[in-house]
Order: sequence, then C-alpha cells, then structure tokens
Amino acid sequence: MLSKQQVQKIANLARIEITGEEAEKYLKELSDILGFVEKLNEADTDGIEPIAHITDAKNETREDKIIEYSEETKTGIIKNFPEKKDRFDKVKAVF
Amino acid sequence: MIRELHQKLINQKITSEKLTEDYFSRIEKKDPEIKAYLSLNKEFSLDKARAVDKKIKNGEELDLLAGIPCGIKDNICIEGLPATAGSKILENYISPYDATVIKKLKESDSIFLGKTNLDEFAMGSSTENSAYQTTKNPRDTSRVPGGSSGGSAAAVAAEMCVYALGSDTGGSVRQPASFCGVVGLKPTYGLVSRFGLIAMASSLDQISPIAKSVEDAAIVLTRIAGKDRKDATTIKSGDTIYENCLTGDIKKLKIGVPKEYFSEGGLDPKVRKLAEEAIKKYEKMGAEIIEISLPSGEYALATYYIIMPCEVSSNLARFDGIRFGQSIEKEMGLNENLILQDIYFKSRAKYLGKEVKRRIMLGTYALSAGYYDRYYAKAQKVRALIKKEFEETFEKVDLILGPTAPTPAFKIGEKTENPLEMYLSDIYTVTANIAGIPAISIPCGNVRIKEKDLPVGLQLMGKWFDEETLLSAAHTLEQSA
Repeated sequence: MLSKQQVQKIANLARIEITGEEAEKYLKELSDILGFVEKLNEADTDGIEPIAHITDAKNETREDKIIEYSEETKTGIIKNFPEKKDRFDKVKAVF
Repeated sequence: MIRELHQKLINQKITSEKLTEDYFSRIEKKDPEIKAYLSLNKEFSLDKARAVDKKIKNGEELDLLAGIPCGIKDNICIEGLPATAGSKILENYISPYDATVIKKLKESDSIFLGKTNLDEFAMGSSTENSAYQTTKNPRDTSRVPGGSSGGSAAAVAAEMCVYALGSDTGGSVRQPASFCGVVGLKPTYGLVSRFGLIAMASSLDQISPIAKSVEDAAIVLTRIAGKDRKDATTIKSGDTIYENCLTGDIKKLKIGVPKEYFSEGGLDPKVRKLAEEAIKKYEKMGAEIIEISLPSGEYALATYYIIMPCEVSSNLARFDGIRFGQSIEKEMGLNENLILQDIYFKSRAKYLGKEVKRRIMLGTYALSAGYYDRYYAKAQKVRALIKKEFEETFEKVDLILGPTAPTPAFKIGEKTENPLEMYLSDIYTVTANIAGIPAISIPCGNVRIKEKDLPVGLQLMGKWFDEETLLSAAHTLEQSA
C-alpha cells in the first residue's frame, strides 16, 4: 500500500501537478493495480535472465549519415512550437 | 473486397473518385452517430482519387491498394494532417512528416479518408478514454466498439472505409475487431516499422491492419511490412506477398488449444461455445487439434501492467508543453511569473487525461529508485519465461487458438469506474505482445443479446514471422463459414 506522500513524490518525478484530492484517488487506484501485479512474485524466475529484446535483435546498426529534410518539414516542426521567436523554440527561464 | 474493388477500378466499372465520394457520403450519414472519425481529409482524398483515375485511363499499372479509401488511427502521422492521438495535449498538432507505413501506402496510391478515434494515446479498451468522443459499436450503439483502435474497427464495420490501420500494444486491434465483427491482424514485433506511430509502449507496439476479410488484411500487411532504417527493431525484409500464401491447405496443420484459455472464470459461456465450434471446424477440415498448457500465461497481464506503464512513463515525457502540442504558457499569458518547470507540471496536469496520468504515475513508481528490481526487472524475467514457454510450445504446434476477448462488446460506461476490470478485457490478447508473436482475430459467430447480434472473435497466434501459416489458416476458416 502506498502512502499519500509517496503518491505526491511520484507525481513530482512524473512532472504532473496533482491536488490533494487527486492524490487520494491515485492512492487507491495505484494501490489496486500494484496489488494485482504482486502476482508476479509467484512466478519462479530463478536463473532466468531478464529479456532485453523479444526478437533477439542485437546492436542493429545503420550508416551514420545525415539525411536532409525539406524546408516544408522543417517549417512544419517549427510551426508546432507552442511559443517561438523567429525559428527558435522559446522557453521560460529555468530558475 | 479489395481485390474486387481493384478489378472494378481497372476495368473502369467505377472511378476512384466515385468510390471515394460514396465513402464520404456514408461517413456523413452514419458518423454523426457512430463517431469513428476525429478528422476528415476530403478535398485531398478526392484530388488523389482523380489522380488515380487518370493513371487508370492512361493504362498505367496500379497496385491493389491504388484508389482504395482507408481510415488511419489518429496516432499515426500523415504529413500536413492532425495527429491528436486522442489527447488534448496534441489538439493543435499538425504532423510535419509521414509515418513509414503512410509513406508506403502513398507509394501504393492509397486514399486516406481521415483519422480515426482512439483511447487517449491508445490507452484503453473501449475508446471511452478518448479526450474527444466515444465511438459507438455499429452493431449495437449502446455498446463500445472496443479499443484502443475502436474508431478504425467501427469505421471498417460500418463501411466508412475499406480497411483501416490501427496499432496493437496489448490487443488494441484484435479486441475491437472482435467486438465489431471484422478482422484484426497484429504482426510479429519487428515486421512493420513503428516510425511515425506516436509511441505508447515501444517494445510492444505494432501498427496493424483492420479489414473486412483475411485476404484484405494480408494485402495491407504486404504493403506496410519491411525493414526501415528509421526503426532499428524492424529486422525482416518485406518481400513476402502475404495474399499469395492463402493456400487453404491445412491438412498437416497442428493447432494447439491451451486448456487455461477455456477454464478462465471470466469467459462468457456463449463465447466459449463459438470458439469450440471453430475448433471442431478445423478438426473436420483435417487439422490436428492438440491440447496444450501455457501455465505462465496467467502472469501475462501482470507483466503487461508493469512493462507497458514503465515504457509509457518514458515515452510520454516528451509531452511537456515545450516542443509541440498544448502548453499552459499560452493560457496563462506572458505576465505570469512562471518558470520552465511550472510549464511541465501545469501543461501535463491540464492536457493529459486520467488514464494516461495513471499509467505515467504507475510506470514512474515502478522505475523509481529502490523499486526497479521488484517490478521492472522482475517483469522482464517473467517476459523471458513466457517467451520460453511459447518457444517450447511452437515445437509441438504451428498455431495456438482461443477466444480473442472473454465477452462480446460491453455497454458504454459499464467499466469506466474500475480500471482493473477494464484491463481484464485484454486477458487473451496481451500475451502475443508480451511474446512478440503475430496474432489475428477473425469473426467466428454472433451471440444474441437483447435482440442484437453481437459478434465474437476467434484468436489465432502464430510463430515469430510466420504470418503465412497464420493468415492461411485464418482464411480457410473464414471461407468455410
């Protein structure tokens, strides 16, 4: 079972602002799901390595080459910036 | 259906323009009630259709999909069109590029009618988590179409497109196909490029066709499969012509039936009966039915509900109000004394939906310091266990058969209050994503509830990259109906 402080801490790590009321709700819902996944502890995984890739793909490489995109694509990316100055993405101060 | 339409087009019995117009008029008539589409692409579609008609007139050779109208799930990017992923946080987003599957379908001269509804970021089993609308099941509009690709499945079922693309992370194409009475095919992980699919859980996601028939699904798969330098997990070249593999020969086929899939407490007896009838049909047609056991399967859903949210928490970190989508900054004005971090916290709080936040929180917790081994590492070990069990099973059988979902379509609102109960509707489908194997849902009959015939899907699962056997067996059963 999680505590309300833990829920607030998780929300902080996830960068999501939550109200005290929401924290209560998450507390119950997350605890329910965590209770459900406890089932995994019944599985005997002694000597089993955690799987990294399901199709056994390993170090798939490709040529390290710059691919030019059209001006249209570049402008399309810039248009999606919520705030911009010229062709730059404008952000708030860090501190 | 695609083959017949193709013949009609090249024999000039119908034009692509007329065909496309017919689909739009059906959408205009039916979609105000069904709500399968989030946005339409009418002008561009008709232009494209006229261009295909011109090619036909000029006697150019055309691909099977040329001039055929389709629907695309709104988490797959088409250049110049919205891609909301069903979320408010991407409300104004216009994709600046094509997903690889879209690029490929454009090479086939496909017509994209519009973008279909989904649970927000593909997280859900009913489309009720869409931030925009709940799609209704065309067979019974008081019921859900399934999810998360519910818009795509409903659009195909209601003939508002010939075929559609969805994405399948834990059953998101097969479960809605089952609920709407159409075919849903999840390919092997790594067969179809995920570039341009708005990621939910990258080790589980696959773009998947939804169609009226197995042959149609095979035709679409042939066109979208293959290695892509933009998705390093695509490891198989795309040279198989899947629609040519539907041989109808199932005499030497060994079909495994896991006893666990039929002893499940939540399995509706009517669904069980239809699946058992399909088993008998296969037996009658000469396939060998073998009872098998997949004991680790009972851990699949729990494994899924660790791995998926962990990957979600990481993938969705990009929705922070900075580079694209909605930002709180616009709303709060320039005078507010906000710093960068406030933009993250407030944008995510306001524009992400409940289920999405719940999964981000769950994944963040499971990956946080001190809990990693207990949850994520453990789940990856169980995933290895499940994979091993499938490897051993596929030494004995060619395919595994069972129901797609434990019940037919449920009522709108029936499961929204309890997330865990909603998760259980994926109990039979998540395993294929966990193991990375291909799986298909095909209609296997209806159950009658309150004077409505509700469709039921049968699921077949195959060996890694052996879509040929899977599609052929599914096609044979479909033809016997």
